Amino acid sequence: MNKTVSVTTPSDREMQITRDFDAPAQLVFDCHTKPELMRKWMMGPPGWSLAVCEVDLTIGGAFCCIYRSDADQQEFGVRGEFREIDAPVRVSHTERMDGIPGESLETLNLRESGAITTLTTTMLYSSREVRDEALQSGMADGMSECFERLEQLMSETEKVAS
Amino acid sequence: MLDAQLDAAFFALADPTRRAILTRLALGEATVGELTEPSGLTQPAISRHLKVLEKAGLIRRGRNAQQRPARLEEQSMSEVLTWIELYRKQWERAYDRLDAVLAEERKLT
Repeated sequence: MNKTVSVTTPSDREMQITRDFDAPAQLVFDCHTKPELMRKWMMGPPGWSLAVCEVDLTIGGAFCCIYRSDADQQEFGVRGEFREIDAPVRVSHTERMDGIPGESLETLNLRESGAITTLTTTMLYSSREVRDEALQSGMADGMSECFERLEQLMSETEKVAS
Repeated sequence: MLDAQLDAAFFALADPTRRAILTRLALGEATVGELTEPSGLTQPAISRHLKVLEKAGLIRRGRNAQQRPARLEEQSMSEVLTWIELYRKQWERAYDRLDAVLAEERKLT
């Protein structure tokens, strides 16, 4: 089993993420499509929480996830419609982010083998530029976490020093 | 690294042949001839791929007009890998949380 997340760019407009989970495919599928389970792990960047999560898991049905910042209650929404549903192996939906033009197509594939489920998520963007921007937003999250850890480390160090 | 340069770098990395060339160059510099042999492509095709990589700033070519061996531009390579690494880290955090949810749900059933 490989719990390391691998990120690849299969084409100019795509980004692909792969990772193994120690659970049946149906449960991994539910964690991506049932709001009560999604809330438990899709909280967005550090310092944000999933305030609204609504999913109509039917072809053409909509989903809406609204993230809220703990600090200033600022909101950020991710919305889309389901294009393909084949539980528990495949689900595909469009995705738009509030305030950002363009739409991507996100496809989740699950392959169960023994006790392991291999997840592959492919994000197809409208252009290379849009994909690179999405990648950069990931960088911003990574950086904010680094800064948060640094602050934590500094406050711990201060405590020890005083 | 500038945005336009980063775009060029991601474009360069999207192609499997170019990724194979970079993997080979990680072992040390190589000429077009040396890169052509294992690829099964023609020399002009490899030269075109090298041009894309050079334009993206991921490799540089030697001055020797005959051979012009290619080598990795390590600084640019590590910058691009950092971007991908930070994106990967973001997913790693989310999936670690998902692991915990999966374990909890399985206990309940």
